[in-house]
Amino acid sequence: MEIFTADNVTFMLQGLVNTIVIAAASIVLSILVGTVLALVKTYCTGKLRPLAWLVSAYIELFRCTPNLLWILIFRFTLKGSGVAISIAVFTTFTSAVMAEIVRGGLNAIPRGQFEAARSQGFGFFGMMWHIVLPQAFRHIVPALFSQCTTVIKDTSYLRGIDVHEFMRNSAVVMGQAVTLPQILLLYGFVFLTYFVLNFCISLAVRAYQRRLVAA
Amino acid sequence: MNGLFSARRWSVTLADSAALWQGFFFTLQVSLAGLAVALVVGTIFGTFSTTRSRILRGIARVYVEIYQNTPVVVQVFFMYTAGPQVIKAITGAQTITRIAPFVLGVVGVGLYHAAYVAEVIRTGIEAIPRGQMEAAQSQGFSRVQAYRYIILPQTLRIILPPLANQALNLVKNTSVLALIAGGDLMYYLQGYILCCVMYFIICFPLAMLVSWLERRAKEPGGRAGGARGEKDAGGAGAAPGTTKGEVA
Repeated sequence: MEIFTADNVTFMLQGLVNTIVIAAASIVLSILVGTVLALVKTYCTGKLRPLAWLVSAYIELFRCTPNLLWILIFRFTLKGSGVAISIAVFTTFTSAVMAEIVRGGLNAIPRGQFEAARSQGFGFFGMMWHIVLPQAFRHIVPALFSQCTTVIKDTSYLRGIDVHEFMRNSAVVMGQAVTLPQILLLYGFVFLTYFVLNFCISLAVRAYQRRLVAA
Repeated sequence: MNGLFSARRWSVTLADSAALWQGFFFTLQVSLAGLAVALVVGTIFGTFSTTRSRILRGIARVYVEIYQNTPVVVQVFFMYTAGPQVIKAITGAQTITRIAPFVLGVVGVGLYHAAYVAEVIRTGIEAIPRGQMEAAQSQGFSRVQAYRYIILPQTLRIILPPLANQALNLVKNTSVLALIAGGDLMYYLQGYILCCVMYFIICFPLAMLVSWLERRAKEPGGRAGGARGEKDAGGAGAAPGTTKGEVA
């Protein structure tokens, strides 16, 4: 029996579109949330200290528990479409990772930059927006991109809650595969698709790093 | 959130917690065995990619790229679905033998994280100045001896923090087995919460270990890298920044 029929391929590619939508939306959102978390954790001192502790607790909680568990918890406590829940849960735990990445970037900024900004009359937010964050982000581009590949790969966990992403749709098609060559071909297709997607990102990172070294 | 504070559901879940603890120890076993696989395979490929042989470097590169750029879920499902048939086709057995979840977990998660360990080892070795190897060889060390006594001990302090981080991610990724075996314990939200607590028990000490190792690696001339005035090794201690990109 033929596996790569037009119907099957479109079905799998629809899953791929969902995978990319979920990954892209949650990456963008979690960079935003993660940056805020990192700023709170790094710069909330004095009376605002408890806020920094709260953020630390958030980061450690999501760093130390598996994504699949949170996917299941969100699925059974929230109502909404599969894609919306997926974006919510991926944003929630990826934010914790992004916060740590951004914090690494913030720590790499020399103290003199802050003093210089202050001496030029920048307030805290102006200093962050114009001076500190742009430099911090330049430092962490490679880490951010490799987190993107991680998010794309981890969306395959969504198969556990039957969201129509690439892995799940491919698994449905897999149900038609009987012989070993069919199974191997189909898995080859799945591997190759994920590989091309992620490898392109890796190549982009490497090109960026080379440019950084050359500059 | 319905029933989160229901006493009945909590008591049912807690009454079943023996099964959850069983799962806890299963996770622990899979993690330890998987970590062993990841370290052994990762060290082999990591050293491969620093040798002079083009072929060995190529093999290591291909391994790392394939495993890092495809999801562990797909890899494990591939072994789960195609594995038994491949074994059958190779051995010519009459019946299909299923692969035990333990083996799937250890091999699947182990090989996946081996690719990350290999990159950690490679950056660690490359962070050691070339002069160290030349100096060792000029003193009559063979290449293997130089690796054993000069290069690897220095590498260790650079690579320990990212390695511990990989161990943490490995524990989390063992949850992929739940997709295959199915969690029968998960009647209520309470089950998930207990499960979270259990993972936290394993992973939080690891996370603390990572930050402790990171702090120690930053100290110049620390205890880990041997005693002989290694100001440059301290400087190379900044190199973990390059491996930070490989957070899984």
